[in-house]
Amino acid sequence: MTTIDRHIPDRLDSPLRSALFSWEALLVLVAVAIFIVNSLASPYFLNAWSISDLTFNFVEKGLIALAMALLIIAGEIDLSVAAIIALASTAMGMAMQAGLDTPGLVIVGLAVGLACGAFNGLLVTRLGLPSIVVTIGTMSLFRGIAFIVLGDEAYRGYPQSFAYFGQGYVWWVVSFEIVLFAVMAVVFWFLLHRTVFGRTVFTIGNNPVAAAFSGIRVERVKFILFCLTGLMAGVASVLLTSRLGSTRPSIAQGYELEVITMVVLGGVSILGGSGSIVGVVLAAVIMGLVTFGLGLLNVPGIVMSIAIGMLLITVIALPILWQRLKKARTV
Amino acid sequence: MKSLAKHREVWLAAAIALLVMLVAVRFPGFARPDNLLTVFNDYSILVILALGQMAVILTRSIDLSMASNLAFTGMVVAMTNAAFPGLPVPLLIVQAMAIGAALGAFNGALVWKLAIPPIVVTLGTLTIFRGATFVVSGGAWVNADAMSPAFISLQRAEVLGLPVLSWIAIITIAAFFVLMTRTSLGRSIYAAGVNPTASVYAGIDVGRTKFLAFCLSGMVAGLCGYLWVSRYVIASTEVANGYELQIVAACVIGGVSIAGGVGSVGGAVLGALFLGVIGSALPVINVSPFWQLAISGGAIILAVVLNARGEKNKGRIILKKAATA
Repeated sequence: MTTIDRHIPDRLDSPLRSALFSWEALLVLVAVAIFIVNSLASPYFLNAWSISDLTFNFVEKGLIALAMALLIIAGEIDLSVAAIIALASTAMGMAMQAGLDTPGLVIVGLAVGLACGAFNGLLVTRLGLPSIVVTIGTMSLFRGIAFIVLGDEAYRGYPQSFAYFGQGYVWWVVSFEIVLFAVMAVVFWFLLHRTVFGRTVFTIGNNPVAAAFSGIRVERVKFILFCLTGLMAGVASVLLTSRLGSTRPSIAQGYELEVITMVVLGGVSILGGSGSIVGVVLAAVIMGLVTFGLGLLNVPGIVMSIAIGMLLITVIALPILWQRLKKARTV
Repeated sequence: MKSLAKHREVWLAAAIALLVMLVAVRFPGFARPDNLLTVFNDYSILVILALGQMAVILTRSIDLSMASNLAFTGMVVAMTNAAFPGLPVPLLIVQAMAIGAALGAFNGALVWKLAIPPIVVTLGTLTIFRGATFVVSGGAWVNADAMSPAFISLQRAEVLGLPVLSWIAIITIAAFFVLMTRTSLGRSIYAAGVNPTASVYAGIDVGRTKFLAFCLSGMVAGLCGYLWVSRYVIASTEVANGYELQIVAACVIGGVSIAGGVGSVGGAVLGALFLGVIGSALPVINVSPFWQLAISGGAIILAVVLNARGEKNKGRIILKKAATA
């Protein structure tokens, strides 16, 4: 087993130095490298519209990753987010058939997302169950309900105005989706890094017992985080349904693993207690760049997933190897 | 603790029996021994996979890559068979188990040597192994006419009234029972999960134990790779897509604690069979197969609620390592 060797340095690194050697700096480097490789590899890449299209690859998953980051920092996890997308999308389809218009559909989508998150949160916090198992269960349950409702059918024919969320542009090549992502990234950055609530999230992740003894209502914070993750899955569901213009029960299959990959790639410790929103946003962009770049080169999606998987393991393994190398040299 | 665990298996067995009886009230044929044996045979692969997953979960790890490992090994074995139809099938089974174990060892080595959390490692290899399946096959399928007759028929042959597939499951159950209860590796697997710190003091190499557990789960996944492609007579990239969570679900329903250290061979087997009885009963009672996913989801939640009651919150969150790790 590894041993902890946390020593207290005589003085802290200068802010500039620590920023230069941070995880986020590494991610920026990776992103820039991939960007350059993409531009060299394909003549179609360096183009405002291409780059705008690229953002659709990661925005929906990225929105969930923002909330999932907080949840994982607090030491929990939610594997049911993709299933929540499916259930919320199905509910919107039912609401559409019942005659609701765009505002109603959005409210239904968000409300179902929130309700699913609250259900997960209740099971984890009220009954004290491990979140990984609970959300494996609710993952089957939520998507299962979508399958019961839809079977092998699909909902189509969403109202014209509903298409704006996933297909509309705010200005020139700037899509509604990317604007929403940027706004939410700032909101989540503020929430995690600039509020008391954000501090409690870190505290809980580092030591839930100490957090409870310091008067933090651990269970309540966790419950809120599950609700938030569910709500963001609802938002993603609105965007995805609007973009695809249809609902099938298999919608967003496998998204949960990509969202978690984003969060971990972004430098959030899967053991809880550390991470940053900037890292998660960068990781989302990197994943978008990788998949879009490989797509331009006609690489099939399944081969891209190899690249994502390797990226995940390498990016986690490299700093560990680096640390070990450094230690071996000093000893 | 022992008697409590026994209790849980008794309850689970009773629940399965009750389920069978409920279905049998309307459709007496369902409870006939030959039908129950068919259900067992249909879910033999899940039983075997659940045992491998159990060994990993007991050490406070999780293997999400089993289904992808299965798909990759199944593809390689099927392609080998298509290319060299003369090779004896037992040799192919050995090949499957070796490839599977090698993939498992890759997971295990990352967990052991680099101390990367198992959930991250296997999340990565889940996509890598399935992607590799696509790469080796070029996206093509291997179907019935490419496979040799022996490749397809071996697991269907009947020995003493049971298909070979069922026998393989029974032998695996027996082997795991001996391994978990009668060998020092089995003891170490439990010890590493119950209390890693104490295990280290007791001279158990916890990292190595996890490594071996991953090799084990990889090996059974490889074995199931052969069993799956020869049973459904197709090898493709999509084989067993998403099945990894069914395997975890079988363990959870069987009372294997995700916090490690708690669980038994009997529990894992019964958990898989519970899912099997539900899956087989739905078409009989004329419920659309689309209900199956939601019902197994409900069963998982119910099982974990009941398990938690039994354990009285003893478990830790899987994402947490021991405080001293």
